[in-house]
Amino acid sequence: MNELNQRVLELLCQDCRMPVSRIAVMLGVSEEEVARAIQGMEDDRVIVQYRPVVDWDQTQKTFVEAMISVKVTPQRDQGFDAIAKRIGGFEEVRSVFLMSGAYDLLLLLEAPTLRELAYFVSEKLSTLDTVTATSTSFVLKRYKQDGVIFGQKMEDQRLVISP
Amino acid sequence: MNPLVEAVPPSGIRKFFDIAGGIEDVISLGIGEPDFVTPYHIRSAVIDSLMDGQTQYTANYGMIELRREIAHYLSARFGVHYDAENEVLVTVGASEAIDMVMRGLLAPGDEVILPDPGYVSYQPCVQFAGGTPVVVPTDADNGFMVTPEALEKAVTDKTKAVFLAYPCNPTGAVMPLDTMQAIADIVIRHDLLMIVDDIYIELVYDGFRQESFASLPGMRERTILINGFSKSFAMTGFRVGYVCAPEWLLKNPAKIHQYAIMCASRASQVGAIQALKQGRLDNYRDIETMRQSYDQRRRLMYKAFTDMGLPCVEPKGAFYMFPSIAATGMDSDTFCERLLKEQAVVCIPGTAFGACGEGYIRCCYATSVDKMSEAFDRMHAFLKGK
Repeated sequence: MNELNQRVLELLCQDCRMPVSRIAVMLGVSEEEVARAIQGMEDDRVIVQYRPVVDWDQTQKTFVEAMISVKVTPQRDQGFDAIAKRIGGFEEVRSVFLMSGAYDLLLLLEAPTLRELAYFVSEKLSTLDTVTATSTSFVLKRYKQDGVIFGQKMEDQRLVISP
Repeated sequence: MNPLVEAVPPSGIRKFFDIAGGIEDVISLGIGEPDFVTPYHIRSAVIDSLMDGQTQYTANYGMIELRREIAHYLSARFGVHYDAENEVLVTVGASEAIDMVMRGLLAPGDEVILPDPGYVSYQPCVQFAGGTPVVVPTDADNGFMVTPEALEKAVTDKTKAVFLAYPCNPTGAVMPLDTMQAIADIVIRHDLLMIVDDIYIELVYDGFRQESFASLPGMRERTILINGFSKSFAMTGFRVGYVCAPEWLLKNPAKIHQYAIMCASRASQVGAIQALKQGRLDNYRDIETMRQSYDQRRRLMYKAFTDMGLPCVEPKGAFYMFPSIAATGMDSDTFCERLLKEQAVVCIPGTAFGACGEGYIRCCYATSVDKMSEAFDRMHAFLKGK
């Protein structure tokens, strides 16, 4: 990845609504170059989506989140990729990671109710041929996500004027 | 009352404090410090040290571990070499260092040559120490840089030292190596001391590298190098700075420090050690991350002032811009006061930094992009409505 793409990504990760014109000035390049860089990264699926970081605890939405560690039997010729893709296809599964350690995959799950989440684990996940064990931990509270600490507004503590 | 103190006028920015205090929703471009909070690992190391009960005095010169880290840092980053045992003095910010150096080195009537505009405390510290500040005017035409010719003219048989600081607060000016060399030649030829405040030396842009005067041939032996952690590591409130100089030049400032201050805060020194240790490990990533962020905002501010019709020397260092407001017909003080009262934006009149600052204002871009953009909108409205 070239230097410009890297810098554009860093700015978009700070604020994905930052206008192209502002990015261009901040990086000392033309708007066309920035627009082209963003388009290129979107086409290459380097930039996959733009979405806000939400502190759901501040909203009315109720749902259950869990992290599930999964032990699987890797498949011949495909290792973990096929089973990871198979599990990732379920809409309840928000993220799938291949992990080092005692378990192989880590899933982040979201479901409207505890019952639906339990149903997913017992009926959909555990029943997959290659899944040999699971361990489910429920998320009780989110303190920090994507580098943002929730519930904390950083006030500018500086004096209004200093030499 | 001490006439040396009485002779120094009150700070030019005091009254803006009072005005700003009574106004809602003020956006300040008048701040002289980073908008980053001190990196977390530094704060964490300080907390650990407090919990471990490290709350005592340290050696007068500062913790030897910190002095070694400083010596290593200066050697690795700027090619200047100091003996941690007796050539490094840890102070309560670079501000204390400036005061101690002046008091330690100046005899009554000694002249110190300083650029105008320059940082607010330089001239008063010379005066408090009984010295006489001799200012060399700089302006936009020479990029706010002291020229060798102007310096040569300012030298008299009473000149004791030349005091320079690049990158410059308030102008953001830097000094290229060839000019430094020409200035060093003059300093050596007249057998003067060189006092340099390198506090902004890490914050340079567009590929420019600011050298330290102490690294030039023949200069180390006559240079007093002042630096600190406030700007490079966003540690302003910790108040840790340092002076490095050959032992014969450092012993007087160290003596005053020993009697007047005893030592810099141990907790702050621990934070400074952590800053430099981590820097050694990750190639000073904290500095680079902040520098890049300032650089982006520098471009934003430069374009905004250009678009507003406020001409400005593009600054290559620090985090200040010094646009000319001469075309508005207002003097600096009036401009800043009206801008604050009418649009709730704080800028500092250039005259706070010396008479040559008339016709300019200092604006700091260590402020969030959103706030800066709002400030530009307000300034635009102010300029249209004036």
